[in-house]
Amino acid sequence: MQGNADRGGRRAGGMRAAALVAATLAAGFASAEAVVAQEARTGGRLTVAADTEPRNLNPAIVASNGVFFVASKVVEPLAEMDYASGLRGVLATGWEGSADGHTITFHLREGVTWSDGTPFTSADVAFSAMQVWKPLQNLGRTIFADLEAVETPDARTAVFRFARPTPLQLIENALPVVSAVLPRHLYEGTDIAKNPLNTAPVGTGPFLFAEHRPGEFYRLARNPAYRDAGKPYLDEIVYRVLPDAASKAAALETGDIQLTAFSAVPLTDLARLDAIDGISVIPGGYEGITYHITLEINHRRAELANPLVRQALAHAIDRNFIVDVIFLGYATASTGPVPSTARDFYTADVPTYPFDPERAERLLDEAGYPRGADGTRFALRLRPAPWFQMTRATGDYVRQALQKVGIAVELVTADSGAHTAAVYTDHDFDLAIGSPVWRNDPAISTTILFQGGLPAGVPFSNQYGYDDPAMNALIAAAAAELDRDKRIALYREFQRKAETDLPIIHLVDFTFITVARDEVKGVANNPRWATSSWADTWIAR
Amino acid sequence: MPWRFLGRRLLQAVPVLAIVAVAVFVLLELAEGDAVDAYLAGTGAGDAGLAAALRAEYGLADSLPVRFLAYLERLATLDLGPSLAFGRPVAEVIGERLPVTLLLMGSAVMLSGGLGVLLGGLAAWRAGRAEDLAITVAALVLNAMPGFWLGLLGLILFAVRLRWLPLGGLGTIGADLPPVAAAAELARHLVLPVVTLALTYLALYVRLMRAAMLEAAGSGWVLAARARGLPEARVVLWHMARPALLPVVTMIGLQAGGMLGGSVVIESVFAVPGLGRLAYEAVSQRDLPLLAGILLAGTVTVVAVNIVVDLLYRRLDPRVGAAPGEGGR
Repeated sequence: MQGNADRGGRRAGGMRAAALVAATLAAGFASAEAVVAQEARTGGRLTVAADTEPRNLNPAIVASNGVFFVASKVVEPLAEMDYASGLRGVLATGWEGSADGHTITFHLREGVTWSDGTPFTSADVAFSAMQVWKPLQNLGRTIFADLEAVETPDARTAVFRFARPTPLQLIENALPVVSAVLPRHLYEGTDIAKNPLNTAPVGTGPFLFAEHRPGEFYRLARNPAYRDAGKPYLDEIVYRVLPDAASKAAALETGDIQLTAFSAVPLTDLARLDAIDGISVIPGGYEGITYHITLEINHRRAELANPLVRQALAHAIDRNFIVDVIFLGYATASTGPVPSTARDFYTADVPTYPFDPERAERLLDEAGYPRGADGTRFALRLRPAPWFQMTRATGDYVRQALQKVGIAVELVTADSGAHTAAVYTDHDFDLAIGSPVWRNDPAISTTILFQGGLPAGVPFSNQYGYDDPAMNALIAAAAAELDRDKRIALYREFQRKAETDLPIIHLVDFTFITVARDEVKGVANNPRWATSSWADTWIAR
Repeated sequence: MPWRFLGRRLLQAVPVLAIVAVAVFVLLELAEGDAVDAYLAGTGAGDAGLAAALRAEYGLADSLPVRFLAYLERLATLDLGPSLAFGRPVAEVIGERLPVTLLLMGSAVMLSGGLGVLLGGLAAWRAGRAEDLAITVAALVLNAMPGFWLGLLGLILFAVRLRWLPLGGLGTIGADLPPVAAAAELARHLVLPVVTLALTYLALYVRLMRAAMLEAAGSGWVLAARARGLPEARVVLWHMARPALLPVVTMIGLQAGGMLGGSVVIESVFAVPGLGRLAYEAVSQRDLPLLAGILLAGTVTVVAVNIVVDLLYRRLDPRVGAAPGEGGR
């Protein structure tokens, strides 16, 4: 990462997660200086393992980590997360919101050009916001739903006008993910959703999209017209498609690839790889991409509509077991829907449900579900989300844990499409193991897990049959609150309400692991490193 | 005659194709979730409006009969339209993978067939002795190993430890080589996957060849050949091995028919962009047009390979061509 001394200190493979998060944050703050201290070398090719091959590589339309992993080097957002300042301007240099919450004004960077030489102006921002983010983007359709117009008084200023008061804090927190700016001159007048550039993006970033051989690799090349003199340091980035996890580990050993991100190598391989000379396991650089493992609960089942039963479920599951055994320490036990790394919003002042199987049994008795003649109280069907090895393993563990307190559990497994339809459209589940993403503001993808009255078919939302007027009112109040401190207070109240009602159970928070060969420098130096621009990443000789 | 034979075989393929086409549609329809669910699961967020818009775009919003008719129409006109998972024409997506798959699977089938004939023949010739036992046991052990495990072993030994062979993929990325060097590079990259695949098939051919040889050894014509005082080598090669090739060729035909299915496991381990992985993705993405395209390509190969096998039969076994009803020569 920032140097071998630093890495050596973080090599303990099974480091406990709490210490880990603290260490990575601290290391993150130190990183900016560390990078400057070492003489960055220009040139060379960085080869990394490709995560997926998304059908659409346009981050302005598909705001997902799989897309950002490749496209964030080519297409830039208005602002990016930063360890030191929290948020650092990229295409914007500053912004301010009006007191009434109806306008947000962005001041744009001077001297930026698209890779074809056309100057970048406020018209590109206005076009991207009104024609792409708001109508087409998976997250922007919600966040910019109230965006009425974007005015461009001059080439360096874009004024966003909202129909309803919109908290500046929400927009700021969303910027790194929702604000990838597209070149208007190449998109205007075309069918944007089907534009061929969606698979060969053009942007203002440090790299140009050079080549994609499906099933083999993506290749990005240095953008010679990039505005920061001397950057990027790398000549090329190659993303090699390696579908098999064991092959990825082998490729790191041979040097065929120099880096795997997003925990592409199984956690069980990390200790072995870390012990190899020249390869290091790097847990930081994902603080802005936190995931939860949740127990999703279908309240349409009479037993599960009973709060006592849900509390019993929470007491029956040992979160530390999941952290230690399934995540090998690379996770933290959750206390609620906001992870402890979210320093603004997080509160520990919530009801907690420590591991206590006896208490779980007492609660189940109290709820009117005593053990039957066969020792079983009732039977449930559990659908673990198939996309992470950890969600599947958590399903296995939860099954065992619940059986110990007398709840029979049948595991139902399916592939991604079937799982999504079953849980979020058909409600064909009793319990599910989910993995919602924390996107740095509760209003982006967290409150939607608790909000009532959503139509069926919205993936990763409250399809649980939980609809509480007080909760809905709290979510609505927070969404419209312009004052930063009051907004934070409301979201802390939201966390308390969530943990009191316990409609779903947040089990653990986790981020990802990077494994890299030691010659790769400038790794994990911001909280969304894998999905950032890599302009300051370089290869030592 | 070969033309009539050819025409008849092609006609026979039509009902087969129709049955499989309907089965693919029904199976994908029965699977929970559609292409939009699979897509949204991958993007991590969405809303009801987005899902509805995508369903309309993918043609999934129509009723079942309408969608089925549209699917049949596309099949009949051989225009499958764009793949849902790749957003590009199905023919283009398959075309990229076809040569690699044919090369990989073709080499593997030829290698395992050839090696199987040699080793099976040897085992039969030395039946009951140490060589026979060694060959039979080795073939069975290889057969019992899962392909991915064998592949990973080879990868760790030859690519990671010894560094003799490349780890996977099809070539060195970014290397601009002249054609001959590029072909050599491709061959080097295909050694491990081809050998792994061939070894997993090998047992079958060894057993087939050995059994057929032994059967021939007890036949009247071998007895007659020996009685005529023919040299042993001629008896073994001409009177035992040649008829024993028939079941082997049949099996090669059957396996080659399935070739376009590729091997998901081997293609994944060695990062070979073949049709096996593509078919797997088509299913998991609920990509009906792509799956139908792979099916079409597969049917064509099965028919073509079977025609070749039938022609080979005529060369190997004079009785086939002379049989009544085949029209004679």
